[in-house]
Amino acid sequence: MSKSRKFMAVALTACVLGAPALAGQRTDTKSGPRYHIGRAPTADEIRGWDIDVRPDGQGLPEGKGTVAQGEKLFMDNCASCHGEFGEGSGRWPVLAGGKGSLTSDNPVKTVGSYWPYASTLFDYIRHAMPYGNTGSLSVDEYYALVAYVLHLNDVITDQNFELTNRNLATIKMPNEQGFVMDDRATSEKSFWQKDPCMKDCIAPVKITGRAVAIDVTPEDGKKSRGVE
Amino acid sequence: MSKMDSPRQSRRSFLAAGAGVAASVLAKPALAGGGNPANQPPNVPEWTKSLGEGVAVRPYGKPSKFEKDVVRRDVEWLTASRESSVSFTPLHELEGIITPNGLCFERHHGGIAEIDPVDHRLMIHGLVERPLILTLEELKRYPRVNRIHFMECAANSGMEWRGAQLNGCQFTHGMIHCVQYTGVSLRTLLDEAGVKANGKWLLVEGADAAAMDRSLPIEKALDDCIIAYKMNGEALYPEQGYPMRLVVPGWQGNLWVKWLRRIKVGDQPWHTREETSKYTDLMPNGKARRFTWSMDAKSVITSPSPQAPIRHGKGFTIVSGLAWSGNGKVKRVDVSLDGGRNWWPARLDGPVLDKALTRFYYEFDWNGEPLLLQSRVQDDTGYVQPSKAELRKIRGVNSIYHNNGIQTWHVQANGEVENVEVA
Repeated sequence: MSKSRKFMAVALTACVLGAPALAGQRTDTKSGPRYHIGRAPTADEIRGWDIDVRPDGQGLPEGKGTVAQGEKLFMDNCASCHGEFGEGSGRWPVLAGGKGSLTSDNPVKTVGSYWPYASTLFDYIRHAMPYGNTGSLSVDEYYALVAYVLHLNDVITDQNFELTNRNLATIKMPNEQGFVMDDRATSEKSFWQKDPCMKDCIAPVKITGRAVAIDVTPEDGKKSRGVE
Repeated sequence: MSKMDSPRQSRRSFLAAGAGVAASVLAKPALAGGGNPANQPPNVPEWTKSLGEGVAVRPYGKPSKFEKDVVRRDVEWLTASRESSVSFTPLHELEGIITPNGLCFERHHGGIAEIDPVDHRLMIHGLVERPLILTLEELKRYPRVNRIHFMECAANSGMEWRGAQLNGCQFTHGMIHCVQYTGVSLRTLLDEAGVKANGKWLLVEGADAAAMDRSLPIEKALDDCIIAYKMNGEALYPEQGYPMRLVVPGWQGNLWVKWLRRIKVGDQPWHTREETSKYTDLMPNGKARRFTWSMDAKSVITSPSPQAPIRHGKGFTIVSGLAWSGNGKVKRVDVSLDGGRNWWPARLDGPVLDKALTRFYYEFDWNGEPLLLQSRVQDDTGYVQPSKAELRKIRGVNSIYHNNGIQTWHVQANGEVENVEVA
């Protein structure tokens, strides 16, 4: 009895205090009410997690590394999957080469042939590499590795080049202009129709290809990793 | 002969059973359907004569042991390691529109993060008035929403661009699932943090070993995104991002960051690896489309399909399938029996929801002759699912992602089904 009365009192207080707070926090018509749940992170907490990097260099931590330093790091940490020259081992990603292949039957999309921004390399290595051992490298080592991968792709040609937080954003990637915004709404406009065709829509068809002929579907119990 | 043994019944046993049925029709009609006659009328089986297990012997229920082959499967040659790979939903075994939690396809970039929720934090910072850090318990104190949405990997059907390759609906279309999410509208949290006027993009980032990060435009973030902590009523499964994930309705699965730990508001996109090197669509002219977020309307017949052949012979036959659109609701689905020459309206059954799987049926009397089965969806924007030929005419065959072309299943006279291309 006394418990429920106490609860009622608390609830009433909350309502009285809460209502004006909810109404008063609307700064404009777009934003909703505030609930005051959670807290502000400390500067230290943000610093520890704030690891993203943008093409304009925003987010790059202070640091530096050379192509030569990167080569040694690459051999020790990366080459077992990506190959000594970024050629890729087995199904692991190819990092270098592929220039001029994007219109071919076998496009090879690498850092040099495809990636539009050098910052992406820094952001990705810092987030996810070395595979299975993320966070094991220092900031300077990230710069050195990025420099070496850019060197593998002839984006940086000078072995003694030192990549830093000040010059990374100035590096132009060969395929920066190779991207267009999603244009499906216009380039594929013909896919929008009033009424789909129902009768005699196309000439009679024949089978032109069969999955069973390619024979790559997994069978239960049969392990086949590594088959290209 | 197909390499794909269908679950529960291998092709060989299927053929043998077929022969058995034919024989039994002549000898003992009661045996039709196979199995052990001792358990069938007029006999009474063991499970009717003795008590079964009591309550709470199975504190968390599992499917019958006879359903053990209804599982996710992977294609091992696709990827270099299982920690950065994909497994596929067994669509051919499922009905309705909801995917059971344990069967939802997986795509990890650094394995499954096993997170103690007490130690998980969600941080919102950047161009906001009031940076915020939340525990799971605090997130749960915000007003809740429940939404059913499909989630499709942009690379679903990506192995089929150059032609029919994988002989099973699970493998050609199984990078999709549809569950009911419970969580907090992302807009609610962004309002709490107070996005500054120049805040136009969000970086969303996971806490897994790949710390997956993507850029999300503010318009979508404020529209219908959710930070979910429940799926189908229970906590997210670890492989789906426990304790919290981002839900980006209708948009490619890669944006639905699992194990969500950080949201940073900025004024430009980040052009992360997953939106430059990957998830960009290479066109025949060598240019690549970027930020192709939405998943176009698509459908597939889940049964019959290569892993779910027609076992009953000619007669009344149910074609069951799924349709969806990342741009709205399914308006109609048509089915063709002749490879796209003539079409017949399918029947939508069950809920037809925005950006959710929709179940369709086409029922007909099969005369036992071979079929070239197809399905074609139109969504409520008027978009009609294109044929593979129409799609390739514009996009070529190098784009990997967004293959929503019409699938053809060749039903043979013996009821076996294979993945084919037609022209």
